[in-house]
Amino acid sequence: MAVIEASGLRKVFGTTVALDGVDLRVDEGRILGLIGPNGAGKSTAINAILGLAPYQGQLRVLGRDPWAASDQLMRDVAFIADVAVLPRWLRVSQALDYVQGVHPRFDRAKAEGFIAKTTIRRDSRVRELSKGMVTQLHLALVMAIDARLLVLDEPTLGLDILFRKQFYDALLNDYFDRSRTIVVTTHQVEEIQNVLTDFMFIHRGRIVLTCSMEDFEARYAEVTVHPERLAAARALKPLHERQLFGRSTLLFERADRAQLEQFGDVRTPGIADVFVAVLGGNPPADSPRGAR
Amino acid sequence: MATSDPTAMPDPSPQPQADGPPALGSAVMSPAQLVYWSLRRELWENRFIYVVPLIVAAVFLSAFTIGAIRVPLQHYAASRPLTPARLLEGALQFASLVMMLTYLVVAVIYCLGALHNERQDRSILLWKSLPVSDLTTVLAKAAIPLILLPVITFLILALTQAIMLLTASAVLLGRGGSVVELWSQTSLLPMWAAMLYHLLTVHALYYAPVYGWFMLVSAWARRAVFLWALLPVVAVLIIEKLVFNTAAFAHMLLSRLEGGPAAIPYPPHAHMPMVAPTLANLASFLISPGLWIGFAVCAVFLAAAVRLRRYQGPI
Repeated sequence: MAVIEASGLRKVFGTTVALDGVDLRVDEGRILGLIGPNGAGKSTAINAILGLAPYQGQLRVLGRDPWAASDQLMRDVAFIADVAVLPRWLRVSQALDYVQGVHPRFDRAKAEGFIAKTTIRRDSRVRELSKGMVTQLHLALVMAIDARLLVLDEPTLGLDILFRKQFYDALLNDYFDRSRTIVVTTHQVEEIQNVLTDFMFIHRGRIVLTCSMEDFEARYAEVTVHPERLAAARALKPLHERQLFGRSTLLFERADRAQLEQFGDVRTPGIADVFVAVLGGNPPADSPRGAR
Repeated sequence: MATSDPTAMPDPSPQPQADGPPALGSAVMSPAQLVYWSLRRELWENRFIYVVPLIVAAVFLSAFTIGAIRVPLQHYAASRPLTPARLLEGALQFASLVMMLTYLVVAVIYCLGALHNERQDRSILLWKSLPVSDLTTVLAKAAIPLILLPVITFLILALTQAIMLLTASAVLLGRGGSVVELWSQTSLLPMWAAMLYHLLTVHALYYAPVYGWFMLVSAWARRAVFLWALLPVVAVLIIEKLVFNTAAFAHMLLSRLEGGPAAIPYPPHAHMPMVAPTLANLASFLISPGLWIGFAVCAVFLAAAVRLRRYQGPI
């Protein structure tokens, strides 16, 4: 069943078209990565899905119109914007009390269990925690909510790689199951490649590619080609070619693997490489917060 | 995307899950509980709401105690008309005045930050990720200056005045005087009744549009909330004066701040005895158009604040 269903989703800010007729469908039990450069419309799409901003077009999230029913929706949807939204004055115990007080699907024991695995002290204020600990706390709160849809918008921005790894490990091992759905946007595409079940490239307000990871492996292949075989490989019309250490790496779409084997070792490419190929040199920059 | 039956409609009812929390009685928190936790969070965030009145009361009490010891109260008793009871009466009224001013300052500062701070520290994204509506949030915040602060102020003031009476008694006794006159002439209960009435009617209910206005600007302005709150007021005053050469808006503001018909029980001069409110006072206050116009204006301001919060994210 569809958790998110959009058709003709549009959003215009002044003269800027942030979303230009987006159609999408996310089914239950999927982990969708929404990938695009800064200003592509990712956050606009997320805000529409969460009912944080109005939109034009059709959009149903868990069967509801998110703008009209945003607070009811938040009973079934959990959301981490980025690490910086827990207010600095909040104590860990207060955060637990508050979420328990207002959220009907919050399992306090579960949250306490997650926190017990960290070095976070119950009487600490958020301002006393490190950035990684704040993320752990927020994740503990959110993972203890029995939500059907979890939306993560740049959840690991500004964290070091160790915390980023732990973040996604915790999400997969302690949270995700087939009855939940996760939508995530991030700049660090490579890191979540093996977490995702689906991904979607969004560029200038349009969805340019939608692919499940099962399809991805069958659909795209990458070969680093011996120089003497380059001409033969190029004859197979690669999607993209790039130079690495003086060797050419060719990216193919829907090519015969057996045929490609002659040119060298065939690998599954990274999503980021396919992104570059599809969008022609507009990679998802690993940059700090851009225009949102 | 994995395909499934495109005609299947999403099922909005929650699905029981094996590893989820035990089934909850209802998937909705009662409105009262949402308001209660919203108020708790305001008090966590804005501890100055009760800390500042407590500090002011403590400073006041210290000064009063030192003054009472330094000034020989019974010295006046023999020859002058100022008896210790009259002196204490003046000090008690002064305490009321100080605590009321504290309330107003704290209330205005609170309102200016109420819907601005959460946008500035981006925590609005956390609050909006939880099932608490903008209406509940704004009403809970409005309850701070309208209900909680007058009650907090009254409790602290009553405690302060009781301690003042005890301190004055102790000083008199310590000097070998008698407290009979002091206790017979000082009547705290009518004073407290008048004070509570005054706080709730004038400073809470009659001032409601003032707090509503500050909260609206707090929800709207990106920075310099206080200046943005004053600017339209000053602009209207100037434009009215230059265009019509009148001061109707100024008079309206002044009559609002004076408190309208409810202000009667509060004595205009500090040495007049506090007049206890009567039911007639309350009735004339409750039917005064000014009160209801104020409510209507406050409701419009708060509705606009709810709507603004709806559309706005972090700044």
